[in-house]
Amino acid sequence: MIRASRLYKTLSRSRMLRALGKYIIVCTLGVVVAACGEPEPVISGSEPSIRRLTEQQYRNIIWDVFGSHVVISGRFDPILRQDGLVAVGASQATISASSFDKYEKLARIIAEQVVSEDNRSLYMPCRPHEVGRPDDACAQAFFEPVGRMLFRRPLTDSELDDSLTLARKAGEQLGDFYDGLALGLTSLLVNPNFLFVIDGVEQASSADTDAELTGYAKASRLSFFLWNTSPDESLLAAAEAGDLETKAGLKAQVDRMMQSRKLRDGVAALFTDMLHFEEFDHLEKDNLIYPALDPEAIEDAREQLVLTIQNHLLDENADYRDLFKTRKTFINGRLGRIYRTSVAEPELWTPYEFPERTGRAGIQAFTGFVALFSHPGRSSPTILGKGVRELLMCQRVPDPPGDIDFTLFNEPGSQQMTARERLAIHNSVASCAGCHRLTDEIGLSLENFDGAGQFRASDQGQVIDASGNLDGIAYEDQTGLAEALSQNPAIPSCLVQQTMAYGLGRSLSGSEKNWFDYLLTEFAEGEYKFKPLLQSIVTSANFFAIKSIPDDGEQSVQAHINPRSDKRSES
Amino acid sequence: MTLLRTSKTNRRSFLRGALAGSAISVSLPFLDMFLNDHGTALASGAPIPVRFGTWFWGLGHTPGRGMRALEDGGYDFIDECRSLEPYKRDYINYFSNFNMPLDGNPSAVHFTGWVAGKTGSVPHGFGGIPAPTLDTIVADKIGAATRFKSLELSCTGNPVHSYSYRSAGNHNAAEVSPLSFYLRLFGPEYRDPRNKEFTPDPQILLRQSVLSVVEDERDQLLRTVGSDDRIRLDQYFTSVRELEQQLEASLSAPPVTEACQRPEQPVEWPLGYDVETVGKTHDAFAKILALALACDQTRVFNMLYSHASSEVRVKGTTFTHHILSHEEPPDDELGFQVQTAWFNERSFEAFARMLAEFVNIPEGDGTLLDNTLIFAHTDTSDAKTHSVIGVPSMTVGKAGGRIKTGLHVNGNAAPVSQVGLTLMQTMDVPIEEWGTRSLRTSTPISEILV
Repeated sequence: MIRASRLYKTLSRSRMLRALGKYIIVCTLGVVVAACGEPEPVISGSEPSIRRLTEQQYRNIIWDVFGSHVVISGRFDPILRQDGLVAVGASQATISASSFDKYEKLARIIAEQVVSEDNRSLYMPCRPHEVGRPDDACAQAFFEPVGRMLFRRPLTDSELDDSLTLARKAGEQLGDFYDGLALGLTSLLVNPNFLFVIDGVEQASSADTDAELTGYAKASRLSFFLWNTSPDESLLAAAEAGDLETKAGLKAQVDRMMQSRKLRDGVAALFTDMLHFEEFDHLEKDNLIYPALDPEAIEDAREQLVLTIQNHLLDENADYRDLFKTRKTFINGRLGRIYRTSVAEPELWTPYEFPERTGRAGIQAFTGFVALFSHPGRSSPTILGKGVRELLMCQRVPDPPGDIDFTLFNEPGSQQMTARERLAIHNSVASCAGCHRLTDEIGLSLENFDGAGQFRASDQGQVIDASGNLDGIAYEDQTGLAEALSQNPAIPSCLVQQTMAYGLGRSLSGSEKNWFDYLLTEFAEGEYKFKPLLQSIVTSANFFAIKSIPDDGEQSVQAHINPRSDKRSES
Repeated sequence: MTLLRTSKTNRRSFLRGALAGSAISVSLPFLDMFLNDHGTALASGAPIPVRFGTWFWGLGHTPGRGMRALEDGGYDFIDECRSLEPYKRDYINYFSNFNMPLDGNPSAVHFTGWVAGKTGSVPHGFGGIPAPTLDTIVADKIGAATRFKSLELSCTGNPVHSYSYRSAGNHNAAEVSPLSFYLRLFGPEYRDPRNKEFTPDPQILLRQSVLSVVEDERDQLLRTVGSDDRIRLDQYFTSVRELEQQLEASLSAPPVTEACQRPEQPVEWPLGYDVETVGKTHDAFAKILALALACDQTRVFNMLYSHASSEVRVKGTTFTHHILSHEEPPDDELGFQVQTAWFNERSFEAFARMLAEFVNIPEGDGTLLDNTLIFAHTDTSDAKTHSVIGVPSMTVGKAGGRIKTGLHVNGNAAPVSQVGLTLMQTMDVPIEEWGTRSLRTSTPISEILV
């Protein structure tokens, strides 16, 4: 628990008083009962960040701005995961030459679609005087709102001039206003201010720090966290008006965002990142061994997990820990084949509850999760257990030592052994047993589900023994594992840690432990409801806290915004 | 902002004029004139370029079943590498017994081995890329004049399976689909350099104008960010510049060999790890790649047959190459892991088929393979134990006559970075020393240098 004496060591007196003030106000009003034991710790933040857009964010923005009928063809180069999250990798990733080549091509394809004869009426606020000639006024009427949405702030004068000049000159040369417009739009779509989410920074209004995020940067941080896309017009307007600088203004926007259906996208993105669902894109199952889990069913298995998570956390507002013992989900015809149940309307997603007798409880026992952490043609208790430990519990399983003598495991007939028998050999070697005990007990408890997540009672002709022990809690089968997992303190702790890191785009530092402890306590006292956790994070000043960039003589803290468009700077 | 920058006014002005009309047609004599201005002569007088590539296979050799050293300094390919034997004398050098001291770092299984060999530095653990991979260094030297600075290919269906990095956050992801690869190289934007009426794509100048606008923001943007982010943004702007260079290169017909032709467009098929699919994907990539090199679309490539800890498998079986390498017991009579060796054999058969594609392309008095240097490398010397002692590697090709071939080089525990240093020096990279800590070396492998 946080202590005042520790706070005084790191915080200025005014920040301390402000923190206490929040505590007093909150408790007086009884708004956040859970937090009344302690005031929220204040963190110093990190340097402003630059995050590369993920593929889904890119797609979401384009569809938000231009509509979902815009075809975004082509492949994006993946952002490599860092410290367990793509969101953290995005803060360290740049754009390689081959990636940029693809972005540039994609930008041209999108721009062509936007200005095409079929589509232009959807986006153009005006018509040029003559199609065969440039028209600056009409081009400006297009670029200003589109640029504002793409850059997540108003275009600066020079950015707008660049787009207009490009459109004008190209329009002149090509003899077509819309071709010129397409070129200007292409320049916005390959611009670093679009492809990266760059924290805008301005001089701080308080004496506690010399820099803070601009309102637009706060809007972006909120929007990418909660919606996995750029801010909508309402949020940008709130940023422009300075509303995000006040608690009431921020709360109003957060409340609105929490009510939006886009929150489902945001939650899906967070769990996709946390649980490595992007690996479904390359998940391969042997179609001779597992014919039911074809590529379409694999996609459905991913969707089932996402739908279940969204429903559990958002629609039912249920205890996060119960996600690991829930039997409620959604099913369609293809998954019905895998779960061996008939589905009345196979083309639709239908609410479904696994019967108790199936032993299917918790998302870790769903076909998608099991299949994701298995081999193409067989289960892997070690990989599955490692997935549970690392992704759901944030416990790092040490890498295998580099000097194992696998001759020990070359048992004749090992290919005919059950997984439990094979792994018993690993556990007989001291240097292996330490890590395998962490993983295998969990995975072996899910051995009733094969590498495609299909139920099986036996392995190699032997009845599967799914008993195990999770951190001191013994159980008989996978439902026992589900119960043990849901009660394990690492489960909610991991969620809080990963949600914070995902939102901030970086791994948590030691100095942020107080805030983490505070949120975890609040999460527990709020009965592990996820939406309040999100709300606590985004309404905290800590979520927006930054340190100033060290002055190395080449840079200065300045906003990336156009002063003419920033009402606060005008006042 | 600069639009259609005027630093090379003659070319730009000319094409601006051409763009003003709706039909773009540029006659060869006129174009020829400014191609010479570009500094790159056309095919008739151009030296044949030397290309550089890497070829990666996962899981090394089954011990003792790849190469047999001979007393005269030569070697024989045996068993799982037998398919490479026809290329040995004229094209292949085999490197054994080079070492990678870990300097206190853990050996990250299936990772440290290839990273150290390709970066000259031992990573601190999984995921860390301590230095640029050598292919990017070579690409900076020889790749700027072509349409694509380098091309990365993975036969596993996963774009992450590319071992080409400028830094941990700057990864050159792989093409995984032969059809996508074909379309990128030989799709609508391809201009046949053999065409006497070579006409650059009129879109190129427009695209350059867009990039020019973006580049103009560089200085302002870099001033506003911290040092780490400045490096990342600078890498982004480097990528912008590289595309500009590619576009510039596309304005002129590259020097091509008589064998340059547009390959047949492949169909699409489901990608995956089963050995038939991997081989089919590999073969399709090899055909397109060989012609891409012949048509001078690129001079650097990275081809990955299977990734480190290869999951290649046979359909309908439950054990992958990787699992077998650990769990398959040696055959009682034969004394080795029969199924594991079978997968290794498939790897080298695929490589031999790729070399055949290169040899089938005539260039001057020789073939494409005579003018190429391929670094074939892997992640481990013994997959069963994850050993990184003596991880094998090969050079394939004559690099335009710059290296000798048919040699076995026993490193006698010398740092593996000597191989990388030799490769880069062969490709004219001005580098005298490479690697860090125990892998730091200034000693190239002189035995193979002409």
